[in-house]
Amino acid sequence: MSKLTLKTEGDTHVIVTRRFAASPEAVYRAHTDPKLVQQWMLGPEGWTMPVCINEARPGGKIRYEWKHPSKGGFYLTGEFVELKPYTKIVHVERMHLPDPTPDNHIETTFVPDGDGTLMTMRMTLPDTQTRAAMLATGMEKGMEDSYVRLEGMIGDLIPASR
Amino acid sequence: MSSPFNLDASFAALADPTRRAILARLALGEATVNELAEPFEMTQPAISQHLKVLEQAGLIVQRVDGTKRPRRLATAGIDAMDQWLAMLRQALEKNYDRLDQVLAAMESNKNKERKMR
Repeated sequence: MSKLTLKTEGDTHVIVTRRFAASPEAVYRAHTDPKLVQQWMLGPEGWTMPVCINEARPGGKIRYEWKHPSKGGFYLTGEFVELKPYTKIVHVERMHLPDPTPDNHIETTFVPDGDGTLMTMRMTLPDTQTRAAMLATGMEKGMEDSYVRLEGMIGDLIPASR
Repeated sequence: MSSPFNLDASFAALADPTRRAILARLALGEATVNELAEPFEMTQPAISQHLKVLEQAGLIVQRVDGTKRPRRLATAGIDAMDQWLAMLRQALEKNYDRLDQVLAAMESNKNKERKMR
C-alpha cells in the first residue's frame, strides 16, 4: 500500500513522498503531459479540469482550471523553472481562490525504487511565517468547528517528534 | 461577511502565538480588548496591535457597542484558509490514488503495443 507522507524540514519546507508502481519515466510523463495530468490532478471527487496548460520547458507556463457542477471553480497558475527528463521537475505555483495563495516553490524528484519510483516533492514557502502558519499547532483549546478541522489537518502534517 | 481578506496576510497573522491564543479565546465567543488582554502579560496597546493585524488579515471583525469595540471571529477569512489547507492534503491523496490508475493504464497500453509488434 502506497501511503503519502507529509513532513516539515528546516523552517520553510514541506516534504511530500509517495511511491508508485511504475518507472520514473512513466511517473515523470504523467506530470508533464497535459492529457495525462488532466486525468489525475483533480482533487476531491466531482471536480474536472477543463483547462490544462502545461508547457514543460524552463520558463513554460502552467495553468490548471478546475470545475465542479455545484461548487464552482478555481484555478492555479505557475511557471516551470527546470526540467530534467525522468528525474526532476522544478516549478513555482499558486492557487487563486480567487485571492492568490503564497507562492509555493516545488522541486519534484523521481528516483527508481525497486520496480517502482519514489517521488519526493519538496515545497518551499516564502518564509518561516507562512509555513509556521500552515503547520501551526498552537490552537489547542476552545476552537470552533473550522479550527478543529484545521488542527486535525495540521496535526497530520507534523512529525510526531516535533 | 463580505469584508475582503488576503490569504498571505492570514497566514502571516497566524504565525504568532499570542495571535493564535487570541483567536482561540474568540472561538469561545465575542470579547472586548480588556477581556482579551487579561490572560496575557501585555499592555492594552500591545493587544490592540495584535488585533489590528488579525483584523487586516480578515480573521476577526469588530462591532460598536457604546464605547466598547467587541471583537469576534470572521468566518469568511478562516474558511478561506481552511479551504486552502484542506485542499493541499486531500487533493494530494486523491490525486495520487488516481495517478496509480493512470500509470497502470499506461503500462498496459505499452504491453499491448509490444504484443502488436
